[in-house]
Amino acid sequence: MLRQATRILSRPVFSNRLSVRALSTEVPATPSTDSTFIDSWKKVNPNMEPPKTPSSFMSPRPPTPSTIPSKITVNFVLPYASELATKEVDMVIIPATTGQMGVLPGHVPTIAELKPGILSVHEGNDVTKYFLSSGFAFIHANSVADIIAVEAVPVDRIDQNSVQKGLAEFTQKVNSASTDLEKAEAQIGVDVHSALNSALSG
Amino acid sequence: MASNAAVPFWRAAGMTYITYSNICANLVRNCLKEPYKTEALTREKVHFSIATWKEGKPEKPGNCPLSRTSDRVDFTVS
Repeated sequence: MLRQATRILSRPVFSNRLSVRALSTEVPATPSTDSTFIDSWKKVNPNMEPPKTPSSFMSPRPPTPSTIPSKITVNFVLPYASELATKEVDMVIIPATTGQMGVLPGHVPTIAELKPGILSVHEGNDVTKYFLSSGFAFIHANSVADIIAVEAVPVDRIDQNSVQKGLAEFTQKVNSASTDLEKAEAQIGVDVHSALNSALSG
Repeated sequence: MASNAAVPFWRAAGMTYITYSNICANLVRNCLKEPYKTEALTREKVHFSIATWKEGKPEKPGNCPLSRTSDRVDFTVS
């Protein structure tokens, strides 16, 4: 596959912007109206208002500031509700598969897969903790963090007894599982319940 | 190219990320305290009806296969 590398690299780089893909970290703030569309509309149909395109209903992407902002904007969404929408906070600690990751303003753009664990949102002296089942966190160059999870509950809604029972049940299932799939499911059960356990005690 | 990096255990066992994520979510939902638990369980239900097609016409939908992702799938058979 890499035999063609030298040939491809030595091809002339086109200066035409259309064939150069911008990195997502360098994209400027997107305008909410498309000027070429509006110009062509006006030429064809000067008397009618140009129709609004879906992008004009959306708020434009915040630009990447040149200095590090003082707060990050967090969008924490679940499939059925939006927990935090563009909330400005000082720091969030997300339970990434590689460990607890603290995100401060100016964090390097990252896509992190999350494991079952605690998400803590630090705003001044307040800390709000949620237990996430799993999900992803996208941290953008403009200090916006999008955290998505399937289930997220405040830690005080977790029932201690069910967690203990579940942990015991799944540890036993791991030992008695026969097929790979059953073993994986039992292992997932053990992981989630031990994370719940440490969430309750920690 | 690069050899496959260490895959998560669930992918090695043939499970997809969505299945894994749904299992985690179901386990968390089952560990909630009472009023929240009942609300959450209503979120978990999935309704679907399956019909097999033969010669361009749907047959009467028969037994729906049980989903492995959740033990609580309710399906409507129409």
